[in-house]
Amino acid sequence: MAKRAAPEVNAGSMADIAFLLLIFFLVTTTIPKDSGISRKLPPIDPNEQEPPVIRQKNIFTVALNGKDQLMVEDKLMEIKDLRAAAVEFLDNNGDGTCSFCKGKRDPESSDNPTDKAVISLKNERETSYATYISVQNELVAAYNELRNRRALEIGAEHGFPNMNFLEMQARYDDVRWGGNKEKLKEVIEQIQLEIPQKLSEVQ
Amino acid sequence: MAKFNKKKDGGLPPVNTAALPDIVFMLLFFFMVATEMRPNTLKIANNLPVANQIEKLDKKNPISFIYIGKPSENYTAKFGTEARIQVNDDFADVSDIVPFINQERAALREEQIPYLTVSLKVDKKANMGIVGDVKQELRKANALKINYTTGTGDVSANED
Repeated sequence: MAKRAAPEVNAGSMADIAFLLLIFFLVTTTIPKDSGISRKLPPIDPNEQEPPVIRQKNIFTVALNGKDQLMVEDKLMEIKDLRAAAVEFLDNNGDGTCSFCKGKRDPESSDNPTDKAVISLKNERETSYATYISVQNELVAAYNELRNRRALEIGAEHGFPNMNFLEMQARYDDVRWGGNKEKLKEVIEQIQLEIPQKLSEVQ
Repeated sequence: MAKFNKKKDGGLPPVNTAALPDIVFMLLFFFMVATEMRPNTLKIANNLPVANQIEKLDKKNPISFIYIGKPSENYTAKFGTEARIQVNDDFADVSDIVPFINQERAALREEQIPYLTVSLKVDKKANMGIVGDVKQELRKANALKINYTTGTGDVSANED
């Protein structure tokens, strides 16, 4: 008997099977959306320390009430104006010790961003979370604006010209980036030291 | 007159679908790689607010999720319409947060415990009262690294 070739397998329904799997994965999985505003909570201190005395002019008070109205330094304000106001406060350089500030040197506003200026955020139980996040976002943006400006100033002399702070951080976290990470880390830490995020939340 | 036989009008030739499975498999693999299994079945509304000063959560570090939002329709009869907390697959009270964090820590290798980040996925309509309570509990549990997980966009989209 002549040897017969094995009959070809019918692959017509392969597409159906693959579609079935595809639809299963579409339904059961989600595209991960894991980015956000990172914060560090203050630890609970068992031996209650006296809070350090901060002069009123060094505190930038941001308050949100139950109707989602924003009050900054005892004045009503729109969220879109908050960033500029926070930058102006941080950048003020009242005592003249901050070499990179470009503020107005108003004696009634903050001394310097390195270890004096503090932003205090207060919210009520009825404040909506969306507004709270908007405010947090604008305050972080204010810090980032100053840090970016500082990064552009000092980046060039350390060999990282035309790179703002956020780009520096992104490069530092990027495994594929081939530059000198040690040096970049020094620059990032210097900027973080010069412009620390001092954001305190009132309980 | 065989010479002038009309050509048979067969219409359009059939489209070759042999490559269809390959295309579908390609899509399938894309989705398998780019997505992940839904970690928890949500019993609450979870419409995250947006922000643009955001950092990516570091996947190298362990992450625990706490969801807050108002119960979805099936559960409103039992749990009301006020925002509630969900951890793992079920509703939780504020007092369940500390045991939850301890349980998450128990599942980790010891050297990873200090790097545990708590991702707060809070519905944008929730109010800060419950978020403040959760934050206070997290301080009690000494889980101080938190992340307000948000979408990406301009904050003006948060108002409506």
